This record gives sequence, structure tokens and C-alpha cells, in this order.
Amino acid sequence: MMRLEPRPDPSNIMIGLTPIFAVIATMIFGGMLFVFLGKNPVDAIRMIFWDPVFGEHAFYYRGQILVKAAPLIMIALGLSFGFRAGIWNIGAEGQFIMGAVIGGATGLALYPLDSFLVFPLMILMGSIGGLLWALIPAYLKIKFNANEILVSLMLVYVAFNFLIGMVTGPLRNPDGFNFPESRSFQDFPSAHNPELWAGTGIHWGVLITLGMVIFAYIAITRHIFGFNVRLAGQAPRAAKFAGVDPNKMIAICLGISGALAGMAGLFELTGPAGKLTTTFPVGYGFTAIIVAFLGRLHPIGILFAGLLLAITYVGGDIIQSQLSLPKASIQVFQGMLLFFLLAVDILVNFKIRIGKGISK
Amino acid sequence: MTLIALNNLTKKYPGVIANDDITFEVDKGEIHALLGENGAGKSTLVKMIYGLVQPDYGMMRLEGKGFTPSEPRTARLAGIAMVFQHFSLFEALTVAENIALGMENPPSSSILSDRITKVSYKYGLSLDPKRLVGDLSVGERQRVEIIRCLLQDPKLLIMDEPTSVLTPQEVDALFLTLRRLRDEGTSILYISHKLEEIKVLCERATILRRGKVIGTCIPKNETAKSMAEMMVGSKLKSPKKSKANFGAPILEVNNLSLKSSDPFGTALKNISFNLRAGEVMGVAGVAGNGQDELMLALSGEVLSDLNSIKLENKQIGQSNPIQRRLLGLLTAPEERLGHAAAPEMSLAENTLLSGFQRQKLGRRGFLNKPGAIAFAEKIVQQFDVRTPSVRNGAKSLSGGNLQKFVIGREILQNPKVFIVNQPTWGVDAAAAAFIRQALLELAEGGAGVLVISQDLDELMEISDSFMVLSEGQISTPRPAKGITIEAIGLMMGGTKVA
Repeated sequence: MMRLEPRPDPSNIMIGLTPIFAVIATMIFGGMLFVFLGKNPVDAIRMIFWDPVFGEHAFYYRGQILVKAAPLIMIALGLSFGFRAGIWNIGAEGQFIMGAVIGGATGLALYPLDSFLVFPLMILMGSIGGLLWALIPAYLKIKFNANEILVSLMLVYVAFNFLIGMVTGPLRNPDGFNFPESRSFQDFPSAHNPELWAGTGIHWGVLITLGMVIFAYIAITRHIFGFNVRLAGQAPRAAKFAGVDPNKMIAICLGISGALAGMAGLFELTGPAGKLTTTFPVGYGFTAIIVAFLGRLHPIGILFAGLLLAITYVGGDIIQSQLSLPKASIQVFQGMLLFFLLAVDILVNFKIRIGKGISK
Repeated sequence: MTLIALNNLTKKYPGVIANDDITFEVDKGEIHALLGENGAGKSTLVKMIYGLVQPDYGMMRLEGKGFTPSEPRTARLAGIAMVFQHFSLFEALTVAENIALGMENPPSSSILSDRITKVSYKYGLSLDPKRLVGDLSVGERQRVEIIRCLLQDPKLLIMDEPTSVLTPQEVDALFLTLRRLRDEGTSILYISHKLEEIKVLCERATILRRGKVIGTCIPKNETAKSMAEMMVGSKLKSPKKSKANFGAPILEVNNLSLKSSDPFGTALKNISFNLRAGEVMGVAGVAGNGQDELMLALSGEVLSDLNSIKLENKQIGQSNPIQRRLLGLLTAPEERLGHAAAPEMSLAENTLLSGFQRQKLGRRGFLNKPGAIAFAEKIVQQFDVRTPSVRNGAKSLSGGNLQKFVIGREILQNPKVFIVNQPTWGVDAAAAAFIRQALLELAEGGAGVLVISQDLDELMEISDSFMVLSEGQISTPRPAKGITIEAIGLMMGGTKVA
């Protein structure tokens, strides 16, 4: 029989290195996946990890990496607080959609108003949209002890159908020949989130994400709020002893993650996506969960993890077009990353014992 | 005649030698005490005898034959039985069903019930096999565990701290049973830190210190103090009480009633008492009679009616723990790791749990890390906490050291009222004496101190007055002077004493 036995003193160096081991294992087993698909694994891995950053067309891809990394990092930062406190918001995708719809609707209601206040107002409303959507599972958990994992996840599908209802109904572009799409924000300068420097991919969302990394870093390491979050996650009863109200903690953590996901949705809508469509959600809210864990729930780690995942997104596009691999193969590849991260994590914290050994 | 002989048993774990060259023997028909502080290696030793742990070196002989149990089942077959400190019983099943679950080939339920009734009658352990375990008192649950062992006809019965959950009357009943077993030739290896009990019960005692056998003694010829000193390896001084000099009531509790949030918890019913400045008030009672609930209500982790608790005439029933701390009411809960301290966090970070607001270890919510480190170092120094550094995690400390840290953290914040649950539970004798002395000095300085404890000797030693918590109700406080352990025992047991 095989059993896991906790290591009395897991090595800190190993804990820090787990993401790197996970990436290496993903390359090996992902490579095998590509072999089974009949492709040269070395080429495929190179196209995923190397070409987006240093390859021939990297000047274009680098911007794409930032565009994709920014929402992942912003959402993951929000999720990391709750995950540290043991509050599992799995529905960031829904909050991302609701942020985009509510913030976007605010802008569209003001079309074609020319004012520098339109965009900040939309950011605010987008955050509030995500916040309120995340407060639904918070309320149900506090009031009825409903599992926030299930509620927040189910609300993703509600949000998605709400989006479809809006783009085929009230938010449909009146000049759009009945396509299920909203007006394009590129045609609405006060509401547009443009690329600030041509070719860099940097838009307002990227800059604010960087600010959020610093902000989250300070909150988690220097402020009593971050301390209470860590305390609530590690020792819930000690947190109560210290005077932390667990219900407030649930509301705040879900609220923060919802607001950041909503804000990310708004930046995505007004910038890279351009308009609300039924294909607007591409899974950032789910991938951000991987980013949060890959970054060890630490703001700096999340910054790097977000960039890494964005590279695999861009690299995935490259292998799709150049090796004509299916989109699902890159999703499997990304899933492996989380799987190996969790697996390596367990091996660092536990040792495997085979047969009947001593127990504690 | 020797029943079991241990020769040079050695067990090493990374960084620590749990048992170092242990040699002693237990005779047939002997109650043999195994004494030692926490961490002295008692648990590892009995786990080796019971087959839960295998020695690295050394050998055991049972009735002259080599004995190397590789798992508890082999040990049981050889005639070793063990009653653990924590019971493994299912509350929703009957006594007979619980016992059947632990057997290799349980007989039919009527035969088993018959055997249980016979054994329980023979050894004076009254127990109805058809009752649900959930309805039994702690003492009765222990009987289930003992009967489970006796049905195997053991040659050696190992008991780990069996009396820590019993009332004095239940302890007397247990001792009668153990003596009867001894007279029939069963040997008993008895682990306890209650030295007075060992004096009346055990024929011989083997004392362990830091994994080594320090010596064997005849408890009848020793005093509790001399045995404690052998365990600790140094002279002990007992806490000194100065003359009582009480001020005005500082903490008033009026008709405090609360339902427990735990379905198996105990509701508090109409609790009223006054704690005066300078007074040490002891709250005795068997575990599970509302101690945890009372603690949570007083600390503010559970809120109650506004006027049910008053601190210096301020109504604080609806105040949270932070507000109560700022007013001067500090607490130290029973469970050190996970409640009073966060296991993974460093000692410096652990000062923030109760000190952030009251010690001003931050400004505008930002943590003052140097301040926290300095406060932690002050605690470590003044309360003699043995740790390489205040950056070490709380879980790396031994129980006694962490308890000194937790108590020190609160006392150094100059509480007006200090409430502590089980201040010396699982703490070695030297640390316990230190902590009791600190509590007395705190009261001498004018604070009101409420000590909830199941250790009657401890309460007798330090309390000025005395209450008993039983089924969520509290008795009228009585002066501790002149009260006898028997009288308290009767107050504690209520109707549950069989």
C-alpha cells in the first residue's frame, strides 16, 4: 500500500522551486502529448515558450503577451486574497463578464458623450458590477452557509446568459444590421481603452495591473488586512481570537476578487475585445485560478505566473496556426501545468511510503 | 516475576532521540507508573510496546520470549491492551456496537452483550451495553474503552493519562477496578503526571527524562515534590500566595445564557458571578460542561446580551474581542496551537493576534514589524521561553514553552481582567510552576484572574475562591480556604457519579 507521510520540515528552497519543476514536467509530458499528435515535440515546445518572447515575430507577440497577461494577473491578484483566507471564488469568469456588461452598458448609455469622465465612470461601474456579482455567493454563504465554490461557479453560466441576452437585446448595436454585438468602443473615443504606445500592447489596464501588483504586495506583507487574511486561512480559530469577523472576511475577500475581475472585464471590453459579443469571455477568469496558484498566491509570483500563462496562450495560437494543432491541445497543456504544480507541491510537503511503515 | 522486559530500546527521529537505551521491566500483577514530563519519551515507548512504532535498536521480552510486534494487532494477540487518552468511539452507536467494531471476529450481539455485562459486573464498571455512547458521560465512555480491552484478557494493560477527564469519585472507582485487575495477575503500565495518584495506586515507578531512564522508585516512599524533581532534574519551588486583599468587583457576569454553536456543545444557563480586583477565582469542572462556551462568551468570540457581562461597569456583552482587549480584558484559550497561536506563523507575528491594537504594534493598519519583534523578545526573555529566535514558528516550540509565550503575551499587556482556560494543560512541572506564579503575581498587582481548569490540585494551589461549572450552570462562589477536594468532587460530578 502507498501512503503519504508529512515531511516534518519541508525545505523552503524546494517550496520556492516547485513552479519551475512544474514547468519542466509540463514540458516533458506536454512534449509527449505532441508526439502522440504526430508533431515534433521540440518544435512545439519552442513555439510555445520561446517564439513569443524571442522568436522572429516576437515584436508583435510581446505586445500580445502583455494584453493577455494583464487580465490574468489582475483577476489572480484578487483571487489570491480569498484563496489565502480559505474562501474559494471559482466564478471570476462570471464577475469578469458582469464587469464588462455593466461598465460597458454605462458607457453605451452615454454614447456619444464627449467627456474625459466617461471612461473612469465605466471603470468604476465595471468594478461595482463584478463586486455585486461576487457578493451574491458571499451573502448566501454568510446567511445560509451555502458553498461559495458551487454558487460562484454556477453564477458564471448565469452571467454568460445575461451577456447573450444583453447583446441580442438592449445593448445590440442599433446600426449593426441585427448582429448580436454591441457598438464598438473604438468608435466612441471617450470610452475607448487604446494602446497607449503603438506596438507595445500597453493599455490602461496593463498599467493599473502593475499598480495593483504593488498595492497587493503591500497589503499582504505590510498591512493588518493581509495579516488577517493569512491568519484566517492558516488558523481560523486563532483569527477569531484575534478579533477577525469571519463573515466580514468572506464579504471582503469575495468583494475584492469580484471588483478586480469586473475591472479586468471592463478593460478587456473597451480595449482588446472592442465590443460585447457572445464570444467575449475566453476563460481568463478560470485561467487566473491557475495563475494564482502557480504564483504561490504571492503578488510578485502572480506577476510572473501571469506572464508565463500569457506566453502559453500566445504560443498556443502559434502552434495552432503553424502546426495546425487543435485548440484543446494547448488547453490540456495549460491544465497539465496546474496538475504538475499541485503534484510537485505534494511531493515537497509529503513523502511517499510504500508498504507498511511506521505511522505517527 | 517479570512479565515484560525492555532492553536497551532506542528510537531516533530526525533531530531527536525519543528513546535512548531504555531498560526496565514490569512484573506480573504490578501497577507500574511511567513518569516523565511532556516530551520525555513516554508516548513513543508505549507505542513501541503496542506495535505502533518499531524500535531502531534493542529488544523486548514478553514472559521470557522475544517480542517484536510489527503492528497493534500482533501486540493485542500477544496480550497487550491499551486505553488511549483520546477515545475512539462513535456517538451514534451503542456500547455493544462500538465494542464489536474493534474486534477481529465479533460474536453475535446477544453473546457480546452478555459478555460485556459479565465483565462490567465483575470489575465494578457498571455499563449498559444497549445505551448509545452519545448519552454517556466521559467517565462512562472510558469504561467502554476499558471493557473493550478487558474482553481480550490482557496480560498487560497500558493506560495513558486515564484520570485527566474524571471527577475524583470516578477516579476512585477506576482505581478499585485497576486494583482488582492487579490482584488477578494483570499488569498495568500507568502513564500519568498526577503524582498524588501515583503515590496511592502504583507499586513502582520508572522515571523518564529526555528519552532516558533516570531511575525507578517506590512512589509510597517519595513525596510528589521529590518525584517531580526527579522528572524535571532540578529543584522546584512552589508558588507563594500572599495575603488576599480584594478590591471592587471588576468583572460582573449577570444571567449569562447562551446556546452552543457546536451541536455536541453545552449551553450556558444563567451564569452569574463577580470577579474582584486582586482575586484569583478558580472554575472547576469536568471537560465538556461548558468551559469552552464560557471562555468564548467572556473573550468576545461569541457575543451575548449587552448587559450580561460588565467590565468596570461598562456593558461589554456585545463588544468584540478587540474592543474588550482595549478595555483591559485579555484571555488565553485552552488550545495553544490553532486558537491562542497560529502554528505556521513566527512568534513575532503571533504577538499581533492580541497585541496589535493594545500594544500599538501598527500605525493606520500598517504593521510595525520591529515593534512586534521587540515585544516578542520581551516575552521570550521575561517568561523564559526557550526558542532559538522569535522568528521561529509557533509550532516548533514545545507545549510548555508555547504556553509560557501565550500567557506572557497577555500578562505583559497589563490586563485588568485575565481569563485563562487550562493554563498548565500538558505543560511540564517546571513550566507549570512558573505559570502559576505569574498568575498569582498578576493578581497581586491588582488584576482579576479567572482560571478555568480541570486540574483540582492546581486550583487549590492558586485560587482565592472557587466555583464549579456543571452542565452549563455555575455554583455560587465559595472561598477556597477550608474546602476539600471531596467536596468539590461532589459539586463537579452532580448526578453523573455512579
